[in-house]
Amino acid sequence: MRLVVDLNRCQGYAQCAFLAPDVFALHGAEALMYDPQPADDRRPQVLRAAHACPVQAITVEGEDVGRASDGGGAGASRVG
Amino acid sequence: MPPVSVDGFPETFRREGRIVVVGASLAGLRAAETLRAEGFRGTLTMIGDEPHEPYDRPPLSKQVLLGLVPPDHTALPRRRAIDARWRLGTAATGLDAAAKEVRLADGDTVPYDRLLIATGVRSRPWPHELESDLDGVFVLRTRDHAARLHRRLSAGPRRVLVIGAGFTGSEIASACRGRGLPVTVAERGPAPLVGALGGVIGEVAAELQRAHGVDLRCGVQVTGLEGDSGGRVRRAHFSDGSAVDADVVVVCLGATRNTEWLAGSGLGAGPRGIACDAGCRAFDVRGIVTDDVFVAGDVARSPHPLFGYQFLSLEHWGNAVAQAETAAHNMISASVDRRPHLWMPSFWSAQFGVNIKSVGVPPMADQLLVTQGSLTEHRFTAVYGHQGRVIAATTFDQGKWLEFYERQIERAAPFPPEFPTVDRRPEGRHPIAAGFPDPSLPTHGPTVTLSGHSPADRRLSFTPRRA
Amino acid sequence: MTSASPLRQILDPAHRADPYPLYAELRKTPVVRDGTGPYLVSTYWEIQELLHDPRVSSDARNLNPEAAAFLGQEEEDPNLPPTFLRLDPPDHDRLRDLAMRPFGPPHTPRRISDMRGELAGIVTQLIDGFRGRDHLDLVDSFAYPFPVTVICRLLGVPREDEPRFHVWADTLAAGLDPVHGTPEEREAQRETLRRARADLAAYLAGLVEERRRSPRDDMLSALATDHGPDGRMSPLEMVSTAALLLIAGHETTVNLITNGMLTLLRDPGLLRRLRDEPALAAPFVEELLRFDPPVQLLPQRTTLADIDIAGTTVPKGASLWLLLASGNRDPRRFPEPDRFLPERPDNQHLSFGSGIHTCFGAPLARLETQIALTELTRRLTGPRLAEDPPPYRRNAVLRGPRHLPVVIEGLAD
Repeated sequence: MRLVVDLNRCQGYAQCAFLAPDVFALHGAEALMYDPQPADDRRPQVLRAAHACPVQAITVEGEDVGRASDGGGAGASRVG
Repeated sequence: MPPVSVDGFPETFRREGRIVVVGASLAGLRAAETLRAEGFRGTLTMIGDEPHEPYDRPPLSKQVLLGLVPPDHTALPRRRAIDARWRLGTAATGLDAAAKEVRLADGDTVPYDRLLIATGVRSRPWPHELESDLDGVFVLRTRDHAARLHRRLSAGPRRVLVIGAGFTGSEIASACRGRGLPVTVAERGPAPLVGALGGVIGEVAAELQRAHGVDLRCGVQVTGLEGDSGGRVRRAHFSDGSAVDADVVVVCLGATRNTEWLAGSGLGAGPRGIACDAGCRAFDVRGIVTDDVFVAGDVARSPHPLFGYQFLSLEHWGNAVAQAETAAHNMISASVDRRPHLWMPSFWSAQFGVNIKSVGVPPMADQLLVTQGSLTEHRFTAVYGHQGRVIAATTFDQGKWLEFYERQIERAAPFPPEFPTVDRRPEGRHPIAAGFPDPSLPTHGPTVTLSGHSPADRRLSFTPRRA
Repeated sequence: MTSASPLRQILDPAHRADPYPLYAELRKTPVVRDGTGPYLVSTYWEIQELLHDPRVSSDARNLNPEAAAFLGQEEEDPNLPPTFLRLDPPDHDRLRDLAMRPFGPPHTPRRISDMRGELAGIVTQLIDGFRGRDHLDLVDSFAYPFPVTVICRLLGVPREDEPRFHVWADTLAAGLDPVHGTPEEREAQRETLRRARADLAAYLAGLVEERRRSPRDDMLSALATDHGPDGRMSPLEMVSTAALLLIAGHETTVNLITNGMLTLLRDPGLLRRLRDEPALAAPFVEELLRFDPPVQLLPQRTTLADIDIAGTTVPKGASLWLLLASGNRDPRRFPEPDRFLPERPDNQHLSFGSGIHTCFGAPLARLETQIALTELTRRLTGPRLAEDPPPYRRNAVLRGPRHLPVVIEGLAD
C-alpha cells in the first residue's frame, strides 16, 4: 500500500506514531519519518493512524482519508 | 484533430481536449488527478524523463539514506485513477508553440491543446567535470541517486564530505551521522541554512550539527577534489588551505531549473525558471501571457501579492501540490472561473532530531524576533519582519504555534509584534538583525493582506500606501 | 432567544441531555461576553485560532479573580502543584515531555499499541460478565470499569484500591464545573474538593514512593526512576501528574464509550453497519468524538493581551470558555453538522483540543473506544435503550450519562 504525509500540515501530534509504530516514527520531539510503502498487512493500523490524524495529513491510496489538499498551510476548506 | 479552443467552449474541451503534462513527478501527478477530479475526460499524456512512476523526493534524504526505507518504496499514492498515456524514461527535448507539439528525445512528437510544464529542477553538479566524474562523488535529487548513495554509505566509508549546508546538505549530513559515519560539512556562507533562514538561525543550525558530531567548516569553499589512481575520490581541498580525506563526497550546491529543453520555444524560460501569471499561465519572451501553456512546481516563477508581487520560485513540496492543483483547474476553466495561485510559502526539514518548519519568505526580512522558546535550547519560534510587517516565521520543534504566525503574515501584522506571548524569554525582548546576505529591497509598496481558508476562498484586500 | 445568561444556560441541568440547540443559538455570535464574566467562543474557526494563539494562557494563576472564584480555582494546592494542563510553556513543555517519555513516542512508541491484546481481553471479560442478564447499565457494567482498569494497569495503581479513588476522581471531575448554589454551598464544594485533592495526593505520594523503591513495568515506576536527558519530575510533580492521568483516564473515556453506545442504540441502522464492518470503527469513533464529545468545553483560559477575533476585541485578562462541542457542530466547517456520518471526510474535530494542550491520552482513548464499541456491537444481541434520554451526570464540562440502561436478548460469543 502507498501513502504520503503532508508534512506542512503535520504539527507533530504523533497520533500516527502511537497507533501504527511500525510505519510512523518520531525522530526527536516532532519530526515525523514514515514508510511510504508498508506491507499490506499493516493496512488496519495505517487506517487507524490516518483517521486519527488531527490535521488529516495522511493520504492512503485507495482510501478516503486525508483532506483534499491545498498543498500546505493551516487552512482547511471552509464550507459555503 | 484541429486544436480546440477553451474560452467559450469549456465543455467541449473538457470532453475532447488533449492535455499534455511534461514532468511526471509530484506536480505532474497532482495536476493529473485534479484534471480528472474536475471532470476532464479528454486525453491526458504524462511525459517524464525518469523511468519511474511519480515518486516522493523528501524521503530520499532522510529515511532512505538512513536505511529505514528502500528507495523504491517512495512511489506516490494516487488520489484517484488518472487514465493517462505514460511516456516515462523519455525526456522532452523541445517545444513547438505554434504547432502545439512537444518533441521527445526518441524523436516522437506529442500534440496538445493545452500543456502543463512541471519539469522541476535538477541538482547542480560539481562544476569541475573531471572531479565530478571521480568514483565516490554524488549528487542527490533522484531515487537512483539515493539508491547509489545509500549503497555507498552502507559500505562504510571512512569519511563523508558534504559540500553545501543548505537543507539537502544538512539532511544528508544528519543521515550520515545517524548511521554513525564521520562527516565533514563545507559551507561557503557563515553558517548552515543561512540563505533560507538567515544568520541568527544559521548559528543554531551550526550548533545542532556540531552537537551531533559534524565537522562543520563555514566560510570555506571546496577548491578541488583529488582522486587516487583508481579514479576514486580521496581528498578535498579548501579555500583556507586546509584539506580533508574523504572517500564519499556529496555535492549539495542547489538546483537548476529544467528549462533547457524550452530554448527556442519562445517561452519566457531561463535558468531561473519559467515566469507565469497569477493563474499559472506561462509568459512568452515578449512578456505576453500564453493561452495554452501552464506551469507548476519548482520550475515556475510566480508573482505573489503578499510579498511585493515578487516572482517567487519556490522549491517547496507544498507549492508543487498547490500550484499543480490551481494550474490544472485553470487549464479547464473559463477565464472567470480561474483561481489565482495564492499559496503561503511553507516548508519543513527534519534534521539532527529537530523538526524545522517555516512559513512566509524569510529572505525578505531585515529583522527577527524570537517570540517563544530559546535559541540555545534549539526549540523556539522566530518571527521575521520586513519594513514593519511580519513576513515569515520559523519554528524549531514548535510547529503547533506556526499557524498563528501564518495568520499574522496574511494580515500583514505589525513587526515587531506588540503583544506578549507565553514562553517569551529575555532574548525575545528586542528584534535583532536577521542576518541575511545582502537582501534586495523591493520598493515600499502598499500593504496587501490575504484572507480566506481554502484555495477557492482566497481574497486579497488592498490598502494604498499613506501619502 | 432568552435573555438568560448563556453561561447559566450551559450550566443549567435542563440542557444536559441535549445542549446542542443551545450551542446553535450561541453560534449566532461567535464571541460573546457573558455579562461581566467570561467570553464564550462557540464557532469552529475562532476556537481553532485561540487554541493556537500564544497570547492565550492556560495557567490557572492567570485567571482573573472572578473567573478563579467561579471555577473554584483560587488557591494553589501545595499537595498538588499545577500539572502541565494548567501551565504555559516552558514549564508546560518540560512536564508534558517528561510525562510522555514512558507513555509514547519518541521514547516509548509502542506502549499503547502493545496494549491492544490486553484491552481486548478486559473487554471480553467484562462482556462475558453480562451472561444471564437481560437488563444492564452499560455505564456501571462496562463503560466505567473498562477505562478504569486500563488506566490503573498503565499507571501501576492497584485495581483493588479503586473504590477509594473512585470518589476522589468523581469529585475532582465535578470540580471542573463552576461552583454553584449559595455561598455556603459553594464553600462546602470547595472544601470537598480540597479534601479529595489532599486524600488523592497522599495516596499517590505513597504509591510513587513504593514504585520508586521497587519499580515495575508501569508508568509510575518509569516516572519515579527515569534518568532522561531533561532530568526527572520532582516527587510532587509526579504525584500531580499521576493524579491528572488517573482522573483523565477515568472520567472522559467512560463518556466517550457511553455516548457511542447511546448513538448506536438510537440508530439501529448505524449499529448494524458497525457490526457488519468492524473496520469502520476508526472513522466511526472520530465522528462520535465530533458529534458528542466527552469534554464539552474548556473553561480555563485567559488572554495575555487584547485579541481581535470575529469582529470583537477580547481584552487582556479576560477569561475564555472555548465551546468545543459547539465548534464541532459549526455549519461553516462541517456540512450537515447535526448528522452522524461515519464516512464524513476531513473530520478535524475539536474534541481532543488542538495546539500544545491537545489531549495527552487521545491514542489510548481511541483504541479503548474502538475496541469497546466493536465488541459490544458484535456480542450484544437485540440491544435496546431502556431509557431515552438516559439520566446525565450533573457535569457540564465532562458531560455524559450517569447510567445507560439497556435491554438485551442475549450474548454472542
